[in-house]
Amino acid sequence: MTTVVVSRARVPFWLAAGIAAVAWLAAWFVNLPLANWAAYDLLRFERGSHLGDAVAFFLYDVPKVLLLLLGIVTLVTFVRSWFPPERVRAALAGRGTLAGTVAAAGFGIITPFCSCSAVPLFIGFVEAGIPMGVTFAFLISSPMVNEVALVLLWGLFGPGVALLYMGAGLTVAIVGGLVLGHLGVERWVEPWVLAVRAGGGATSLDVRLSVEQRLRDGWAYTKDLVWKVLPYVLLGIGIGAFIHGFVPTELVASIGGRDNPLAVPLVVAIAIPLYSNAAGTIPIVEALLGKGMPLGTTLAFMMAIVAISLPEFVILRRVIRVRLIALFAAVVVAGILAVGFLFNALGI
Amino acid sequence: MKKIEVLGPGCPNCQRLEAVAREAARTAGVEAEIVHVTDPREIVAHGILSTPGLIIDGQIRSYGRIPSVGDVASWLAE
Repeated sequence: MTTVVVSRARVPFWLAAGIAAVAWLAAWFVNLPLANWAAYDLLRFERGSHLGDAVAFFLYDVPKVLLLLLGIVTLVTFVRSWFPPERVRAALAGRGTLAGTVAAAGFGIITPFCSCSAVPLFIGFVEAGIPMGVTFAFLISSPMVNEVALVLLWGLFGPGVALLYMGAGLTVAIVGGLVLGHLGVERWVEPWVLAVRAGGGATSLDVRLSVEQRLRDGWAYTKDLVWKVLPYVLLGIGIGAFIHGFVPTELVASIGGRDNPLAVPLVVAIAIPLYSNAAGTIPIVEALLGKGMPLGTTLAFMMAIVAISLPEFVILRRVIRVRLIALFAAVVVAGILAVGFLFNALGI
Repeated sequence: MKKIEVLGPGCPNCQRLEAVAREAARTAGVEAEIVHVTDPREIVAHGILSTPGLIIDGQIRSYGRIPSVGDVASWLAE
């Protein structure tokens, strides 16, 4: 047996993790005074001026959003490493339609889902005999109630908005799953998918990971994600800062306000091509909400951004017919519109 | 001669895992044949739903993540 030496001399892992946690907290608390000092004292912008407020918003928001993403996505990824889709499938197999649909929507919150895994996931669920509606509840919930959206909502608007978003997202997933399940959509699934039943030859999935490995994975995933979304975050915060400093409240209120019945469909239409740029869009939403855009319109905008993914529809075409993709999209859009109108009507 | 199977529909993460496997084989000084499994039916037949997956000589070593070069090298050296 050969021994492979790959370790280098370095700081012990747990010490590095501890230092990183302390540094994160310190940065979180000095961010606001530091941003104000930089905008008003160092760069000498006038307090209360349009430009000064925009610059202060930008300098405060960029580190804040990045800190939230770095810290909390690492933790969320770490925790959810215990709930891979393989385990969800085992938990969902053999449950009734209603219990299965509710459970599938719930698992969507914690289970990672990447659209390149959509096809194996779909086939795997069918193979395990999981009803179609349950599978769709998971496909709706997993991207919609996603960790980046929740973390940013929590950090920027507080737990109330984040929990409302989560509740609304789960409801859309459960109702959507039940509706699709009732429509007997199996007939629009490609026949070869339905033919893949219980391969049986499943190799043992007993792959053990240490806690340290899971945390390392979480950090690697987060670095990757933050790097990918960074340009959108900067752009989003730049636009947010502009809105914050220059766009008059009356304008936002007149277009996005409760009295405009077209506001919700309008933001959903705008959101569809913005898929996967949740991190960049939330700062814009933050500024719009600050300028009087009602919560229903805001939540509908966010949901449409993360839940309606054109690339995912293209990928799903390999396993389901166009009619079912269209139906799936229609159910999700209807659910999002309902959430927007409902929250606006309730005046929350 | 080791057989390394990389399971995934060809997404960026699968390409990265393949590169990691290649690098690991070089580090470990092990001769290995690397096969890229893209058929979703075959991926699911192994019980894997989250890609990319890594199978070395028929044994599943990882899925839904990209292991480090060091880890893959030590599996190859076993």
